[in-house]
Amino acid sequence: MPVTQVLSAPAPQGPADPVISCRNVWKIFGPRPQAARAELRLDPDARPQGHVVAVHDVTLDVMPGEMLVVMGLSGSGKSTLVRCLSRLNEITSGEILVEGREIGRLSEAELIDLRRRKMGMVFQSFGLLPNRNALENVAFPLEMRGQDRRSRIERAREMLALVGLKGRESYFPRELSGGQQQRVGIARSLAVEPDIWFLDEPFSALDPLIRREMQDEFLRLKGMLRKTIIFITHDFDEALRLADRIAIMKDGRVEQCDTPDRIVLSPATDYVARFTAEIDRARVLRASGLAAPTGQPVEGPSLPGGQTLRELARQLVNDSRDWIPVADAAGRTTGVLERAKALDILLGGAA
Amino acid sequence: MSLAERIPLARTGTGPRVALILLGTALLLVIGRNLLPAGLMRPPEGLILPFADWINAVFAFLRDDLGLMQVTRAFAAMLEWLLDVTANLLYGKNRWPRIGPLPWSVVAISMAALGWALGGWRLAALSGGTFVWIAVMGQWQWAMETLSVIVVAAPFSILLGLVVGIAAWRWTWAARAMNPILNIAQSLPHFAYMIPVVVFIGVGPKAGAIVTIIFSVPPMIRMTELGLRKVPEEVVEAGRMGGATPWQLLRSVRLPTARTEILIGVNQVIMQCLAMVVLASFIGMPGLGQKLLQLLQALKIGLSVEIGITIVLIAVVLDRLSKAWAMRQPVHHDEGRTWVRRHPVLVVWALAVVAAFVLAQAVPLLAEVPRRQALSIAGPLDALVDGFIRLVDPVTTWLRWFLITWLLIPLRDGMLWLPFSAVLLALAAAGWAIGGLRSALVMLGFFGLIALSGWWDRAMITVYMVGFSVLIAAMIGFPLGIWATRSDARARRVLLLCDTAQTFPSFIYLIPVVMLFGVNDVAVVAAVVTFAAVPLIRYTIEGLRGVPAELVEAAQMSGATRQQMLWHVRLPFALPVMMVGVNQSVMFSLFMVIIAAFIGTQDLGQELQRALSATDVGKGMVLGLAVAFMGLAVDHLVKRLTERRRAEGMPG
Repeated sequence: MPVTQVLSAPAPQGPADPVISCRNVWKIFGPRPQAARAELRLDPDARPQGHVVAVHDVTLDVMPGEMLVVMGLSGSGKSTLVRCLSRLNEITSGEILVEGREIGRLSEAELIDLRRRKMGMVFQSFGLLPNRNALENVAFPLEMRGQDRRSRIERAREMLALVGLKGRESYFPRELSGGQQQRVGIARSLAVEPDIWFLDEPFSALDPLIRREMQDEFLRLKGMLRKTIIFITHDFDEALRLADRIAIMKDGRVEQCDTPDRIVLSPATDYVARFTAEIDRARVLRASGLAAPTGQPVEGPSLPGGQTLRELARQLVNDSRDWIPVADAAGRTTGVLERAKALDILLGGAA
Repeated sequence: MSLAERIPLARTGTGPRVALILLGTALLLVIGRNLLPAGLMRPPEGLILPFADWINAVFAFLRDDLGLMQVTRAFAAMLEWLLDVTANLLYGKNRWPRIGPLPWSVVAISMAALGWALGGWRLAALSGGTFVWIAVMGQWQWAMETLSVIVVAAPFSILLGLVVGIAAWRWTWAARAMNPILNIAQSLPHFAYMIPVVVFIGVGPKAGAIVTIIFSVPPMIRMTELGLRKVPEEVVEAGRMGGATPWQLLRSVRLPTARTEILIGVNQVIMQCLAMVVLASFIGMPGLGQKLLQLLQALKIGLSVEIGITIVLIAVVLDRLSKAWAMRQPVHHDEGRTWVRRHPVLVVWALAVVAAFVLAQAVPLLAEVPRRQALSIAGPLDALVDGFIRLVDPVTTWLRWFLITWLLIPLRDGMLWLPFSAVLLALAAAGWAIGGLRSALVMLGFFGLIALSGWWDRAMITVYMVGFSVLIAAMIGFPLGIWATRSDARARRVLLLCDTAQTFPSFIYLIPVVMLFGVNDVAVVAAVVTFAAVPLIRYTIEGLRGVPAELVEAAQMSGATRQQMLWHVRLPFALPVMMVGVNQSVMFSLFMVIIAAFIGTQDLGQELQRALSATDVGKGMVLGLAVAFMGLAVDHLVKRLTERRRAEGMPG
């Protein structure tokens, strides 16, 4: 099995079409964005007066069922990028295909239809309607598409139960804590059973303990629902914890877009390297990420590829083989791990 | 960008120099007054433009040639029908649906229930009690005449304001067109609105209702636009991601989220309506205002105080109710509670109303309190007031004599003595010093137009009255504001008083001053001073309280004494807010001076009243605009001052 197959998104089997596909997307804010874009075409490093280049020539694909985390510090353009993907912002140039259709060309009605059926979004400050209670907030997208009251209330109840807010249906947003409000936001975004799920820094406004709890909750939902997810965060740890792939953004550009393993093992730029420098690699690297393909099979039991080195620490220390086979979820051997290298990483040495 | 450009301009020093040159020239003109040609003393006849004739021509065209008269008459007819319905229900005017009048007890119970629902038992007691007082004092008919107009006018005004406000929010060109109109509309004195309405509609309740609608719309437009602009972007995006169409977005996302601002707009509409309805007595609007006007003119102090109390109570109740509604936050009910348990107020109200209807059949006194059986505190009040006046009479007589002979008349003569060219130059100098060339031109423009209108002398009398009153008000208001912030509890008490005083219709302020000083300039000045001091006190307190605690602590740690703290930290920081108070104070004074004209002044207000009785639209509009321009000139200066401070990095 080729290396790339191991390293790319784990979910899809065989060549699938991307759900979202960005081709040279630009988004420039300012009075005359097209003129600024023309200026940049002549000189890629220009800084057009009075304009902000929020998204700078971004090209990336998101595969079905994949979770892409877009990571960047504030002002890096990550929120703008996701708003371009949902066409909350119109892009300046380039094209964005959602399930093969260019969303820039959709009519207003088609766009609304797309959002009503395909997309859900969770916002940093929750974006709840203050005059509606939790149930009515969750039912909002269903109401917009004209679903009858009975069925939408029923669906909203289900969703609230799913996010663990049973019994709080009649509470108003201001009567709920931040974490609870975000649960309502999550329930609302899932109410229409979207295929594509956008989350814009959903946990950034929460305090650290709640954040952790919500991340676990999120992983649970993610496992249950199997959606294509685009998740925005400024927290590198959060990105590592949740992502299938991470796109690191700076000044509107994607610096690197890859799996957590690869980003930690081989950062593409100095900027990315600065993020990874402080990271405990053993917590991030999975056995499959470190394994090398090999011609000759190795004897004995194999390690589960999906686990991190930290999780495998005991086995790695106790196993006496120099090379240990690594298997995927189905039990097939995908490669072999060099034990010394793994131990080095585990003990904090060089990779 | 523009701010950054303005900083060097304010700092280069040419500003003050030009201002000084202008001021010097103005002084030279004053000194060389005797040598001046007549054309520099007063605007020459040839230059005075017949604005009034032009406006009259436009109105005649609108009325006769465009047939606008038919439209307004049709609208007025519909309004009249609505007014008749409320009039029948509230005080039994003999019109469709002919079921009124509702027993007063039913109205009082309903108001109490409303108060309970919106703000708990205190508000219930206040609003229920007010209506009991009205009934018991035998003022039911007048009060209901007044309220029946508000009940019709306020919804119209709210709806109109919502629609226009949405338009102004939606289209920038609409906002840009709307803004100057609103600025002028909000600084036009009440009477200026009445004259065109009298021309188009005539006099009486429907004219009163229409003038009330027009007068009370601007704040609703402003608040709607503001509220819609303040809706958090994320909430809107959440709505869009929920697949809302633009219309759904407006109806289900934007408007509900802007609820608080919109309801504050509603509160302002209601208060403006009340103020206007009371004043509309000048164009034959029956009700409390008309009664008060008659009683004041007849100098029946006790009875006018009674009416005054009623108006004040109604103002406070309407204000508290609508504010409570605006501030109300939704609260959840536990699931599975029955309808009755969820709406206890509604149930109690329904039961009480039924009971009141039944009881009113048996006990007529619960349906209507005839005037003969009504209580009155006018007798004892008159005695009390007489005693009080006899007590303070030496003081007030002396004060009156002193103010008139030594301050008011010399000041007025001084204002009139000044060559108009010198006044214009001095104003331009002030403009230049504060906002450079543009402000100087703005000042020249506003006051130049007043000069060209031919009402210069009258305008100067208004300026002197307002200027003098605001000065006195500042001498009272600033120290009082500073005193009030000594402790938090005191500040809150004084703020509450100010808020309450600001809800009173301006007319009310005339009662005590007429009582104390009689009918003359001193009474006017006293009324204006009282009215104008309220915003000054209020904004001084708010400004001082707005000083960040960190700043105060830093000053304390630097060893500042109380005095140093006040002068070097708190006042400089509070200044912009206090300037807003000054701005409002000037605006209030202008309104008050004009209203007070009917107790005898020789300024623009008196002419405005004459224009009103002669239904001279052109003259009325010119005079009204002259007043508005004065207000707008001050407004401009204050805003530029704040802008400049902000550009220089000061708090603002």
